[in-house]
Amino acid sequence: MTLKDKEKIETNLLLDAIFHCYGYDFRSYAKPSLKRRIAHRMEVSNIATIADLIPLVIHDKVFFNLFLKDMSLTVTEMFRDPSFFKSLRDEIIPILKTFPFVKIWHAGCATGEEVYSLAILLKEEGFYDKTRIYATDFNSNSIEIAKEGIYPIAKMKAFTNNYNHTGGKGSFSDYYEAKHSSVKFNDSLKKNITFAHHNLAQDRSFGEMNIIICRNVMMYFDGKLQSKVLSLFLDSLCNKGFLCIGMKESLIYSNLQNHFEPQNIDSKIYRKKASERIELKKHKSLN
Amino acid sequence: MIKKDYKAIVVGCSLGGKEAITTIVKNLKHNSIPIIIVQHLASDSDCYLATHLKPYTDSAIYEIINNLPIQQNGIYIAPANYHVLFGENKIFYLSVDEKHNFSRPSIDISFESASEVYMNDLVGIVLTGANSDGSVGLDFIKKNGGLTIVQDPAAAKSTFMPNAAIKMVKPDYILSLSEISFFLEHLNKNEYTPKQLKLK
Repeated sequence: MTLKDKEKIETNLLLDAIFHCYGYDFRSYAKPSLKRRIAHRMEVSNIATIADLIPLVIHDKVFFNLFLKDMSLTVTEMFRDPSFFKSLRDEIIPILKTFPFVKIWHAGCATGEEVYSLAILLKEEGFYDKTRIYATDFNSNSIEIAKEGIYPIAKMKAFTNNYNHTGGKGSFSDYYEAKHSSVKFNDSLKKNITFAHHNLAQDRSFGEMNIIICRNVMMYFDGKLQSKVLSLFLDSLCNKGFLCIGMKESLIYSNLQNHFEPQNIDSKIYRKKASERIELKKHKSLN
Repeated sequence: MIKKDYKAIVVGCSLGGKEAITTIVKNLKHNSIPIIIVQHLASDSDCYLATHLKPYTDSAIYEIINNLPIQQNGIYIAPANYHVLFGENKIFYLSVDEKHNFSRPSIDISFESASEVYMNDLVGIVLTGANSDGSVGLDFIKKNGGLTIVQDPAAAKSTFMPNAAIKMVKPDYILSLSEISFFLEHLNKNEYTPKQLKLK
């Protein structure tokens, strides 16, 4: 048996232990990045084998929380991929404006940078007051940071540059107050945002959405979980609702791709086909 | 030892990489195994290298997106602002994890990931570049039994990356760009003549 085979066994045992102890299911995460994160924790905590992680994770809640943090440590920015936000502004928001009220689900919002970006966009387009934004993540620490809306001042230069490329209508600095080495985004941006814990791998739909934004999240999942999450989104979208995924993600490898049509392929914005909900229900009742 | 059944080639470069890659691709008449290129790029550049290389080769050139399958004779370019990882099922995975060596994509991260999948069936190549990203990854490839090649620093636009790799890895070969093309052209073939290579 090779070292590689042994590591596979150890990894499966570790993920099983985590699931049974804490309910977090990482068993369907994409193995390559999962491996890197496990290796990172082993290096930082000076642990020799994956197997050695198992008792620590089971018996030491503090250690498990470290691991959990590693698992959800993604780097995000405000107005990441300005061209995406520009498409939202120029193409999608005008369509949404034809509705009296719009529900938005920002799935896997991490520390909230993109949620505040979205709120700013909706404000500038005069549509914020007719929206409710559900910003969810499986990591409670990230949600707490997102709720605070406080970010390092050092990042504002890059964020401002991104904002300016989205066709920003104001001055980016109007949306936050600087204090010492950080900035706090205006509370008025949070008025219609509900921050909540939600685990895409395990939790269910919680309402009918007009638009779902889930960018650079599914890339951490294996094919099976990607399908599961996509079907959750399909179930949670209203007729002709929008789905936004990451700029280097695609639906073309998914068995559910036929349920969506491209709205803006460069910005990876898809639209749920009108009849799908009915067909899906029919399909379910058959089973 | 040079084998005859390598399954993939990973190439890393930064400053001066575009010219170096163009030279290699131009001189490489066909490739029978996938070539994956990880070049440090400004985060806002998009599809640039892929578009640039198209006229120089008959091979299919892809900018990597998440879940793209790795095919036999494709040339694959890492997108700006994402790390490229390799799945056991021979598909690409991307990640937006933190920068590594101030870089995303990071050569080390891709080399290590590719090496874990391909083990001794992998060829790793470090070209011109202005930081040391790639050395650790190339070392990883070597330790897993893969073949390691570094561009001759004397002929590289930026010597830092190849020198760092040579210092850390003691690569199997140190070659000029045209020798690298020649090498890749003959890889896995019987008529391949190692004499034409500078053995180090």
